[in-house]
Amino acid sequence: MSGMKKLLKYLKDYKKETVLAPLFKLLEAFFELLVPLAVAGIIDRGIEGADKGYIGLMGGCMVLLAVIGLVAAVTAQFFAAKAAVGFATKLRQALFDHIQDLNFTNIDKAGTSTMITRMTSDINQVQNGVNMVLRLFLRSPIVVFGAMIMAFTIDVKSALVFAVAIPVLAVVVMGITLYTIPLYKKVQAALDRVLSTARENLTGVRVIRAFHREELEKERFHEENIYLVHLQQFVGKISACMNPATYIIVNAATIVLIYTGAIQVNVGNLSQGEVVAILNYMSQILVELVKLANLIITITKALACADRVAAVFELQPQSATEEKAVAVDNGQTKTHSANAPFMEFDHVSLTYKGAGAETLQDIHFTVNKGDTIGVIGGTGSGKSSVINLIPGFYQATEGAVRLEGRDLKEIPEDELRARIGVVPQKAVLFKGTIRSNLLWGKPDATDEELWQAIDLAQAREVVEGKDGKLDAKIAQNGRNLSGGQRQRLTIARALVRKPEILILDDSASALDYATDAKLRTAIKSLDGGITTFIVSQRASSIRHADKIVVLDDGELAGVGTHEELLASCEVYQEIYYSQYPEEKGQKQA
Amino acid sequence: MSKTIDNQKGRQGATLKKILRYISKYWFAVGLSILLAVAVVVLTLYIPILTGDAVDLLLGQGLVDMDAILYILKKIGIAVLLTAVAQWVMNTCNNFITYHVVRDIREAAFDKLQKLPLQYMDTHSHGDVVSRVIADVDTFADGLLMGFTQLFTGVLTIFGTLGFMLMTNVPITLVVVCITPVSFLVARFIAKKTFSMFKEQSETRGEQTALIEEMVGNLKVVKTFSREEAVKEQFAEINGRLEKCSLRAIFYSSLTNPCTRFVNSLVYAGVGVFGAFIALSGGISVGRLSCFLSYANQYTKPFNEISSVVTELQNAIACAGRIFDLIEEEPQVPDGEDAKVLGEANGAVTLTDVDFQYVPEKPLIRDFNLEVASGKRVAIVGPTGCGKTTVINLLMRFYDVNEGSIKVDGTDIRDYTRGSLRANYGMVLQETWLRAGTIRDNICMGKPDATEEEMIAAAKAAHAHSFIKRLPEGYDTVITEDGGSLSQGQKQLLCIARVMLCLPPMLILDEATSSIDTRTELKIQNAFARMMEGRTSFIVAHRLSTIREADIILVMKDGNIIEQGNHETLLAQNGFYANLYNSQFALS
Repeated sequence: MSGMKKLLKYLKDYKKETVLAPLFKLLEAFFELLVPLAVAGIIDRGIEGADKGYIGLMGGCMVLLAVIGLVAAVTAQFFAAKAAVGFATKLRQALFDHIQDLNFTNIDKAGTSTMITRMTSDINQVQNGVNMVLRLFLRSPIVVFGAMIMAFTIDVKSALVFAVAIPVLAVVVMGITLYTIPLYKKVQAALDRVLSTARENLTGVRVIRAFHREELEKERFHEENIYLVHLQQFVGKISACMNPATYIIVNAATIVLIYTGAIQVNVGNLSQGEVVAILNYMSQILVELVKLANLIITITKALACADRVAAVFELQPQSATEEKAVAVDNGQTKTHSANAPFMEFDHVSLTYKGAGAETLQDIHFTVNKGDTIGVIGGTGSGKSSVINLIPGFYQATEGAVRLEGRDLKEIPEDELRARIGVVPQKAVLFKGTIRSNLLWGKPDATDEELWQAIDLAQAREVVEGKDGKLDAKIAQNGRNLSGGQRQRLTIARALVRKPEILILDDSASALDYATDAKLRTAIKSLDGGITTFIVSQRASSIRHADKIVVLDDGELAGVGTHEELLASCEVYQEIYYSQYPEEKGQKQA
Repeated sequence: MSKTIDNQKGRQGATLKKILRYISKYWFAVGLSILLAVAVVVLTLYIPILTGDAVDLLLGQGLVDMDAILYILKKIGIAVLLTAVAQWVMNTCNNFITYHVVRDIREAAFDKLQKLPLQYMDTHSHGDVVSRVIADVDTFADGLLMGFTQLFTGVLTIFGTLGFMLMTNVPITLVVVCITPVSFLVARFIAKKTFSMFKEQSETRGEQTALIEEMVGNLKVVKTFSREEAVKEQFAEINGRLEKCSLRAIFYSSLTNPCTRFVNSLVYAGVGVFGAFIALSGGISVGRLSCFLSYANQYTKPFNEISSVVTELQNAIACAGRIFDLIEEEPQVPDGEDAKVLGEANGAVTLTDVDFQYVPEKPLIRDFNLEVASGKRVAIVGPTGCGKTTVINLLMRFYDVNEGSIKVDGTDIRDYTRGSLRANYGMVLQETWLRAGTIRDNICMGKPDATEEEMIAAAKAAHAHSFIKRLPEGYDTVITEDGGSLSQGQKQLLCIARVMLCLPPMLILDEATSSIDTRTELKIQNAFARMMEGRTSFIVAHRLSTIREADIILVMKDGNIIEQGNHETLLAQNGFYANLYNSQFALS
């Protein structure tokens, strides 16, 4: 319930539609309620009094009521659809924007496949719910209560039956609904599981087939599917009670109505036509209640989905930016001490949210402008964590990272990231063309700039080998390229913006040695001097770095040049000789 | 224009036929549902007659026969109870049918995913495929359920009412029959118009889902380049289009209800006026007229429902069409009936005159010949994009060769069952893939019945045991689809442990250790070396140190083998390989 409340603000721009839709529905309902009166008139005055003119007149009235009803209804449907679709569009955009603004910690926490269901089918359900509410929610109660009021105007005693029947109906309908709400949530969760299995089987198809797991996967899918069906059927059985129960109540009321009506007619208080009118009102209530019951099911689903959507909004986005915004003001005064190093890691520690132990512990080193910094260490030693601190993906929990003397926390994110080019470990490209992908680095880059970056990244042959060159199509996730090709293009993408700082996060792992070497030479040869961070497993990639940072289990094992480290750092020696066993032999010999 | 509509119709018809095939499996429930529907309809139609009879007894002051009325009321009560029970059972039946059909379709789609050639996965957006299996099937389920609950009873009610009306009074019935077809026409007209709108909506949604999948899945990259705003704009563009076509589809389909209701009102008025005239001449009693009026209501209401069901069904059929497209996608050539099961292979692999290309107009591998004796180690090296991964695709039969043949132990691999062939290879790929589940599930993937000791031994051999031990729940730690908090290297260690556990006779290592630090790698290499002893192995690697000890080194370029030999002979040749090898020292 509360979830929906939070989402309702996206309906704000459709105030007019939100009011007009139910209003026109109300109008329609009102005219519908007049119809039984016309029929009663036909019976009591027309047939009893044999008044043909009056019958014709009443017939004309009924046609007129129908026309007005149609116009009102169409208008209402339009406004309802407009409001609901507009609402969903705004909501979807807001949710997508929100997800884009999540920080890295939040991204780690939220799973991709659930976010996708929430963005798609959940929002569709909510849209459907809003649409139905606008169309029916006012109409149905108005018809129900209106019918009761009309019955009262005809005969108070008979109408009392309505006063009893309606609350009983309300209790039954609401009771069943409230009972099913949590069950629908469970159904949705089961559907989520089915979805993630389907997704897994697409992404992991090679492994699954290599292990000949097809049958087992079918089995697994089958089980999840059965569980889903089981839940759906259970909920279905309960919801299926709604119609029969309401049917019994309404017809029980009809029986009582006829009985009391019979007594009243016998006494002379009521006419035949009036009894028919009251019965008509009762049947109108039944029709409307069936709609209401369906509406409530739709609303139930919509509310459950709204909760799930709202939960994503609850993931607090970038609190870091807010802090930063405040900090900038204070920051201005104490920045830029002239002799500050270009970049400094000042006793930095990092603990990931929810993690028990520190990932980085007391890392301390400085970087000069234009230097190449190699970062090396074992799997899980914290190489990537060090690198992730530089563009501010995560914030140091202790100590500080400074750029030109300014604490990174005080530099607005966009300014910081514009100065940095990152080549991530996983080479990801996006659907579009080579050009559209490279323009990510610099949206207004000229073709010349693009080719320059491509050359630097040793990607010329990749691009020239494709039909359409820069305009060659790239499939989703760059699936139509090999790992190495993707990697070169991601390097080019980072270089397009001519960054001051370039981070190669194990980026060359899919490159062969020759290409890797050429790439490093090319970057070195750039004027202006890019400060480059190279994270690598290969000693050959970093041995020529101006400074090598050796990490071991989150701690700094050594900082220095290749020669210095080879002489003094045990961890570095181990790494190096594991790759160049013959040199070790030479040394020992 | 008319031709496309015809095509659309034909397609719809074909889809409908396929749906019916799925439903026919539950013929018993369907039969029961139909019987109950008949019962419900007859009973609901009988009640107004009883009510009308009661009304006819209300002649006026002092003229009411209370005993007769009580008798009629008792009958009404029994009829109502029976209706309610029948209705509930029918609804439950319909739920049963719908959810089972949907389950069957999902399963068929999933089965197909397991049988599709890899080409399909490599060329289709995963988001789109997932949206077919999940969202489309869901929409289809909604439509089908509505169809079941309302279509049957609707049609039956129409015929039932018609029958009862004819029995009561023919002229008034004729009035009703003359006016109602208008309702049909209106509904059909709207349904026709909206079908293509729903299809457009469904397609735009697919496009949006693909974008969401890409941008949410790679959110970190998006943020690295501060592209959030650009991506939001891209989303807004599709979102805007979706808004337009959704509004169209929803508004036009929502016209059905008011329009048919309007026609109903006309029928109602017609019956009222015409009936009153007949009543004047004594042709019908007031009670029967009121019964007629409620029939007129009941008779037209199903039209109302049917037409809304029809739009819903249109939508459902459009979705079903997309699912069936997937289900009917050409599967990979199935294993031949006489396909042999490859037992524990010796591991002699021969490639003869192999030609292969992914796209017909772009030949990739040409005249590839290779003979690997059992137990030999083959290293494949070469610049990026030279076709190394393709060789693996062919060895594993992820793709089939276009020309020539690949033989294992002297028999063409196309004559083995795929499963038995692949079971003979242990494969570690560059792109690690782990599934949502525990570490244990992941390691034991290739050998679900492995004992605890075997699993731990495999993890130790892959040097994964020590980090697994440190995880909060050890081997029972649940990891998410993309490995979550595990580093790339740790994920790779798990993939290696997975293979270590099976130890098949042949190995394929595609950059298997690219994300592992060299210290650990060295240890794993030893484990691999032990593992490779006596096993035919294919190693794709860029680290020349990894492949120096191979028996055969294949140097590939542009899909061709340009050099072949062992480390020493190739160095001596002073060719491409030597160049490659020296380049790692060349930069001093």
